[in-house]
Amino acid sequence: MIRKSALLCGALGGALALAACGQSEKGINEVGPTPDLPGIRQTLVPPMRIAKPVGWGDETPRAPEGFMVTALATDLRIPRQMLVLPNGDILVAEGRGGGAPALRPKDVIAGVIKKQGNTKVKGGDRITLLRDADGDGRAEVRTIFIDGLNAPYGLAYVDGRIYVAEQDALVSFPYVEGQTRITATPEELTRLPSALNHHWTKALAASADGTTLYVGIGSNSNAGERGMAVEEERAVVWAIDRVTGARRTIARGIRNPTALAIEPSSNALWAVVNERDEIGPQLVPDYLTSVRDGAFYGWPYSYWGQNLDPRVRPQKPELVATAVKPDYALGAHVAALGLSFAREGGFGGAFVEGAFIGEHGSWNRQDLSGYKVAWVPFSGGRPAGEPVDFLTGFLTDKGEARGRPVGVWFDPQRRILLVADDLSNTVWRVAPSGTAPAQ
Amino acid sequence: MSGSAGLGRAVHGLLVSFPVALFSLGAATDAAFLRTAQIQWSNFSSWAIVGALIFGATAFLWSLIDLARFRRTSLDFLYSGALGAACLLGLVNAFKHSQDGWSSVGAFGFTLSILCCALALIAGALRYSGMLDKEAIR
Repeated sequence: MIRKSALLCGALGGALALAACGQSEKGINEVGPTPDLPGIRQTLVPPMRIAKPVGWGDETPRAPEGFMVTALATDLRIPRQMLVLPNGDILVAEGRGGGAPALRPKDVIAGVIKKQGNTKVKGGDRITLLRDADGDGRAEVRTIFIDGLNAPYGLAYVDGRIYVAEQDALVSFPYVEGQTRITATPEELTRLPSALNHHWTKALAASADGTTLYVGIGSNSNAGERGMAVEEERAVVWAIDRVTGARRTIARGIRNPTALAIEPSSNALWAVVNERDEIGPQLVPDYLTSVRDGAFYGWPYSYWGQNLDPRVRPQKPELVATAVKPDYALGAHVAALGLSFAREGGFGGAFVEGAFIGEHGSWNRQDLSGYKVAWVPFSGGRPAGEPVDFLTGFLTDKGEARGRPVGVWFDPQRRILLVADDLSNTVWRVAPSGTAPAQ
Repeated sequence: MSGSAGLGRAVHGLLVSFPVALFSLGAATDAAFLRTAQIQWSNFSSWAIVGALIFGATAFLWSLIDLARFRRTSLDFLYSGALGAACLLGLVNAFKHSQDGWSSVGAFGFTLSILCCALALIAGALRYSGMLDKEAIR
């Protein structure tokens, strides 16, 4: 069946391929530890469906029964990842990086099309501080915490210092509790690979003991099509000594690790990773995985373990033989960009142990995927069960986009989940209803 | 022959020279890519094919208008047909070359490049043979 439709797609080509081949097929399981992997479907025109941005109006995202959602802050300048400081202040990294030059006519055209699905606001290149001390779901204090950054993305706090992963360097700032603005000169811990920066985001997480900072560095292409020379130390995770800045590459072939987090029961490092495009609407699943020290995750030569990507030449069979399978598939093209674990009992009920996943949403399939925050239940530090929708409503019934989730952050002290939305430039706050602390 | 007709034929000839050169270049750079797997060769092919299409399609439309306006010989139809077929296959090939890595060329892309090259050479040879536009001149 799949083979037949692939042949059909090849024969029809052109505009017909869009309709015939961009649609996913029913009965294919795209999630969990053992996803179905349909045959490769390459089409002359990649299926592109951009959800038209329409904004929220009076709507908010929809959470399960018993939760309420408020806009903690609006009119941000492309909010991406967040961090809650010990005193409850919320930091939001804002910006847009990248800017790899177009090499082919395709790059020019695809760039124009994908832009339709993004905000028109210019990236802030800054970190905004939000304070909601009375817990009413609106930030009554809002300041520009750190300005003049270069596409900041990953954030971490360890022992009186704020760490910021800019698109080209990992820097830190001294921080005193309660501070609402930092003007100190950034101290550079290490440079980060930034040539081209096709995937520019630098994810960041601190180890549980605070000695190590992990940085996720995305690939410089979809599937090696800019040549492998530009992929040196790309599609990797670095472990960086917090004191010396010495670094070690702990995972390779991990295409675009867009968010890193420490699983609280095992203290293991986990990542959400965006996989490759243009080999079918249901390939390749984006995934959630523990980052195993020394592991090779296949990119670009193979996907989901040792399934060869025929677009990559020369092939590397001896390397592919070492490729490991990720732990848990999230679905193809969902564009997972946020990861935060529930801790200290989470929200209780069905949300005690597990991970919140921010899914920015697809462009490379006709039936949109992602555009929501998913919950992956864990047990004993491992995924256990099907993902469930936690926050939805980012798409209208007509398939237009009200917002697109990026970073997520579960704050155990205040029992809230924060969700950055880089289309409506909002930070959403999800909290159990009726439990807001008295003012 | 009037001055404006001569100018028109000169411009038409210039337009056709682009697909002749660029489809040929595309076939050569495709071959280089398949031999070396150096992606820059495939990138060259992508731009060559798009350039060939822009000028080739303009020349093709021009030839269609001439066919409609004047009584023509079968050679003129052959010329238009070769140029049109080159543009059609070239369009498919442009999409093929938008795929990533090895898939940007492969056996299918290289075959299309060779066919486009051959058709453009036929069209160019006819254009410059002096055997076209006979009815129009008389």
